[in-house]
Amino acid sequence: MAALATVIALLPLALSNNYFYDIAVLVGLNAIVCVGLNLLIGYAGQISLGHAGFFGLGAYGSAILASRYGWPPLAAMLTTTLAVAALAFVVGRPILRLKGHYLAMATLGLGVIIFMVITTEDKFTGGPDGIAVVPFRIGGLVLQGERIWYWLVGALLLVAVWLALNLIESPMGRALRALHGSEVGAEVVGINAADHKVMVFVISAVFASVAGSLAAHYSGFVTPGKVTFLHSIELVTMVVFGGMASTFGAVVGAAVLTTLPQLLTVFKDYEMMVFGAVMMGTMIFLPRGVVPSLARLFQTGRRRDAAKEDGA
Amino acid sequence: MSAQFMQYLLTGLTVGAIYALVALGFSIIFNASHVINFAQGEFVMIGGMATVSLTASGLPYLLAIPLAIVAAALVGLALEKFAVEPARGASVVTLIIITIGASIFLRGLAMLVWDKNLHALKPFTGDTPIAVAGATILPQSMWVLGVTLVIVLALTWFFGRTLLGKAMLATSHNHLAAQLVGINVRLVLFLSFGLSAALGAIAGILIAPITTTSYDVGVMLGLKGFAAAILGGMGSGVGAVIGGLVLGIAETMSAGYLSSAYKDVIAFVIILAVLFFMPSGLFGKRGGERV
Repeated sequence: MAALATVIALLPLALSNNYFYDIAVLVGLNAIVCVGLNLLIGYAGQISLGHAGFFGLGAYGSAILASRYGWPPLAAMLTTTLAVAALAFVVGRPILRLKGHYLAMATLGLGVIIFMVITTEDKFTGGPDGIAVVPFRIGGLVLQGERIWYWLVGALLLVAVWLALNLIESPMGRALRALHGSEVGAEVVGINAADHKVMVFVISAVFASVAGSLAAHYSGFVTPGKVTFLHSIELVTMVVFGGMASTFGAVVGAAVLTTLPQLLTVFKDYEMMVFGAVMMGTMIFLPRGVVPSLARLFQTGRRRDAAKEDGA
Repeated sequence: MSAQFMQYLLTGLTVGAIYALVALGFSIIFNASHVINFAQGEFVMIGGMATVSLTASGLPYLLAIPLAIVAAALVGLALEKFAVEPARGASVVTLIIITIGASIFLRGLAMLVWDKNLHALKPFTGDTPIAVAGATILPQSMWVLGVTLVIVLALTWFFGRTLLGKAMLATSHNHLAAQLVGINVRLVLFLSFGLSAALGAIAGILIAPITTTSYDVGVMLGLKGFAAAILGGMGSGVGAVIGGLVLGIAETMSAGYLSSAYKDVIAFVIILAVLFFMPSGLFGKRGGERV
């Protein structure tokens, strides 16, 4: 955690221009979503292929309330977050009774439905063209510009990681891990599986919604482009790539997979192909994700050295 | 029956037949391997686009179509060999990401091999609509329905009467037992991908003259075929066909009578409803869970 704070504090030394700051902010926002999603996928063992929907609801909610109706951005964000949490609560209960592929399909369907409603109701949402968003204001202070947002997002990322780590170590976190290990076993010990699953679903939706609201204010506009099935998949891949059940893995995954398309523009026409190939390759060769696989490499290295010392 | 209803019904059946073929592809692969192949839609796309470019280079339909089907089947086999087999035993999430990555890869490849434009195929036997009970149906739609029927019958014969088909069925019921009686399970898995790809390609070729085809036509078709497979019960061939037809008809009816803007949403709303109230679908095995 301290390491993450240090990285965030020192990174600006490496960022030479606004373009890099922009990427860093995007990484941070994605990382916030992934930290929440990781709680759902890695710790509770569920799947969600529709989280871009919550991100999009947060973005559009903030955008519409703040820009169309002139609400103060903070109030807009809080109201939107509450609304998204309520939605996740209502939808979560029936959805989380499903498992495996069925759960994947249900969350996918939810995400797609959200996307289509947003794209079709263009009187509200501006349809495929989206709408412009006012800059973020707290009181009289206007937050604009990549550098200011970098510190804001960095701080929020630290808060998100801290919350996630605390949650994992709490009794609820242990209950979630018990659920992941064996749902029936956990229920036998008295853990209410349904309640816990819904709670973590709502928490991850809240993380996504907040990130979405911030992203809307940061970019200055929202379009349905970020609410697609593809974006949901990117989020899940970030979590799995970084390592499920690893909060820092989620951050690493977000960092790598957000910067990857920027690097891939070098490939121009081959970009989609390479992205798909990277997704496949990392899942085939590093199925547990980057951070746990690397951690295990270090451990086996150390164990081998220790064994050699004992033997010698 | 009003002419409008009949029209919707016929259109719905046509669309539903395509969904049924895609859903069959999903079910066959799922039966053999418990993998949901999210790249199924791309096989549909490959079938259509390959036929387009083969006919554009002068080949007659009679040659172009089988070649396109074979090409798609080869892609399916390659997918199994290089992406699915190395990752066997991985978790559900990992396998889902792998097949989705494969579909993105194939879409990117298609963008390069072909282009991003819409392409139309000439209908097989002309495009003068035929009048049926007050509505009209395109000759191509008759082809769609006819070929789907033939395929369903052929698959029924294949799975019921041939040794290979029975081996595939056996594998779907119980992997271990199939291995114990000497069935080469890896071969079954390999071939099931090829078969599903061929089915998808046929669907793509059939529908291309009616709705144009392009490099990203596979996304929605794949998702809806998947939805149809779940509606009918994942893993059930009969369910896949019925699910596809029901989905197609429901979609067209809602688009016609309710709101055409939300046409694509209807499919997913139906899916959510099915998953909430009847997760094993119409014909799926009502399974219990081993504790």
